[in-house]
Amino acid sequence: MKTKQFTVVDPLGIHARPASQLVAAATPFASSIELQTEQRTANLKSILGVMGLALKQGSMFTLHVEGEDEEQAFTALTKLISETGLAQ
Amino acid sequence: MIRLKGIAASDGIAIAKAYCLVQPDLSFAKTTIQDIDAEQQRLVAALEKSAEELAAIQQLTQEKLGAEEAAIFGAHLLVVKDPELIGPIKQKIAEEAVNAEYALNEVSTMFVSLFEGMDNEYMSERAADVKDVSNRVLAHLLGVHIPNPSNINEQVIVVATDLTPSETAQLDRNFVLGFTTDIGGRTSHSAIMARSLEIPAVVGTGTAVESIQDGDLLIVDGLTGDVLVNPTEEVVATYRKKAEDFTAQQAEWATLLNEKTISKDGVQVELAANIGSPNDLEGVLRHGGEGIGLYRTEFLYMGRDNLPSEEEQFMAYKTVLEGMEGKAVVIRTLDIGGDKNLPYLPLQEEMNPFLGHRAIRLCLEYQDIFRTQLRALLRASNYGNLKIMFPMIATLQEFRDAKAILLEEKENLLAQGVTVSEIEIGIMVEIPSTAVMADIFAKEVDFFSIGTNDLIQYTMAADRMNEKVSYLYQPYNPAILRLIKMVIDAAHKENKWAGMCGEMAGDEYAVPLLLGLGLDEFSMSATSILKTRTLIKHLSVADMRVLATEALQLTTSDEILARVKQAVH
Repeated sequence: MKTKQFTVVDPLGIHARPASQLVAAATPFASSIELQTEQRTANLKSILGVMGLALKQGSMFTLHVEGEDEEQAFTALTKLISETGLAQ
Repeated sequence: MIRLKGIAASDGIAIAKAYCLVQPDLSFAKTTIQDIDAEQQRLVAALEKSAEELAAIQQLTQEKLGAEEAAIFGAHLLVVKDPELIGPIKQKIAEEAVNAEYALNEVSTMFVSLFEGMDNEYMSERAADVKDVSNRVLAHLLGVHIPNPSNINEQVIVVATDLTPSETAQLDRNFVLGFTTDIGGRTSHSAIMARSLEIPAVVGTGTAVESIQDGDLLIVDGLTGDVLVNPTEEVVATYRKKAEDFTAQQAEWATLLNEKTISKDGVQVELAANIGSPNDLEGVLRHGGEGIGLYRTEFLYMGRDNLPSEEEQFMAYKTVLEGMEGKAVVIRTLDIGGDKNLPYLPLQEEMNPFLGHRAIRLCLEYQDIFRTQLRALLRASNYGNLKIMFPMIATLQEFRDAKAILLEEKENLLAQGVTVSEIEIGIMVEIPSTAVMADIFAKEVDFFSIGTNDLIQYTMAADRMNEKVSYLYQPYNPAILRLIKMVIDAAHKENKWAGMCGEMAGDEYAVPLLLGLGLDEFSMSATSILKTRTLIKHLSVADMRVLATEALQLTTSDEILARVKQAVH
């Protein structure tokens, strides 16, 4: 399993555009991919789940990737999260 | 053939198949099912169809409106494929042996309340997206059709109860040849949009939605307000001829594009346009506008969650002034309150909003807002021929107060070394007290612009939004004509000019009377300008003066209208 912690930097928090990009990127991987906050965990292949976390600027979350293609998935998603300017 | 009668809202004739933009009935019952597999398959099929549809809408929107507008459908697509949505629905079907409709509704309602419950406006708006997607899937489960205006890819006439601004914005002029609605009047939003899209429209038919089926052949006559459902071939032929004549007439109007507006006996008047934003400029120039008679600045303040900055306003005013290349631009200061509220400016609920705390009354209290706008206007004055107009003036004191604030801001700017051009300062005449006192006002204002929509409603004490009293909305009523005459005469006595910026200024039967009464400037929807210029070319002011004098002695609105029709035909 690979994990990494992020802090949301986008002033709008997590909104439809970066959330859509993340979900679209996560979906093709076989691994289980989750975002975890203090309160709950969301499936990153679910737009409703990700939006439901209601992450605001300053919120912290951890990315968990586990499965056969976890290396590729982890690299792709950590890169995308910083590229979208969502979190770092 | 059925004939529906509505209000002619936008000129032209459209002949095409009906496209009913009506939300279908999505009600369903909770049932117990036997075959769980089959029910889950039914769900999957509905989800797949919805996804195909959304992908097509996404692509169309991208091609027509761009990536920004298409993004929302990308999010909808992810929702319809969301494992956290599909999983629980399937589970519910299996565990509770319920129909897919019920299971879908339960699960999506859970997400909707989750989003609605968030304390963030952006997130709570996402609830609407979930509802939207869930309705689409539900429609497929129920086998009913969900209309989507941006999805239209053949020539149609749109039929709807009413059209919202965003629905209207999605209409593609290449495919939507016209529309007809059950509700609305000539000044309702859908009617104004139809004129700016330049597609024929008939509004307020009352029964279009119930009388018209998808695919019925329709004729929408935006000149007379008739809607014909499944007309005979003979009728279609007649209307094709009428449509050709209309096109030919428009070609004649086009020859007057860059001409001055001169009556048969050589009197020149000015035909200006009413606009709501710098985007409307293109239409004004394309239709031969000789100026802007009314720039409604409130649209700068609406549809957002904070006040527009001085800089933002300055840019908008500058764009309009430069775009008009030295032609007169009358900018009306903020007319907000009453029925037009700003989310970020909490105002008290009022019993009679149209008689309440609005327009100049509000600006004189919230002076910060007013002063910001005035500074933006003063700075913009260097870029064209600006005239400033105050709305809803009821007393001379209000005008003096507003003007004093304007001059104060001018002094402040001059002291800071900012140059300011000479600006005419005028008022809207829309309150009867001001019309009656016009001779006194005329000594202090530089011009009048008569706002007939409100002047009629206030004079007749009839709410123009209330259909029960709409018979009292009488532009040709002798009381209205006498008030208009008082205002024009008062202006001329002091060598000032009088204009009109209500709907009446572009009305073919009001124009002869207004010409006879001596109106100097007519400000209207841009699309009415060439038609009015053609009309005035065929009228003699001397004759119209006789007509107007006669009309003022008639007793009813109907008598006056009949007299005008007789005179001009």
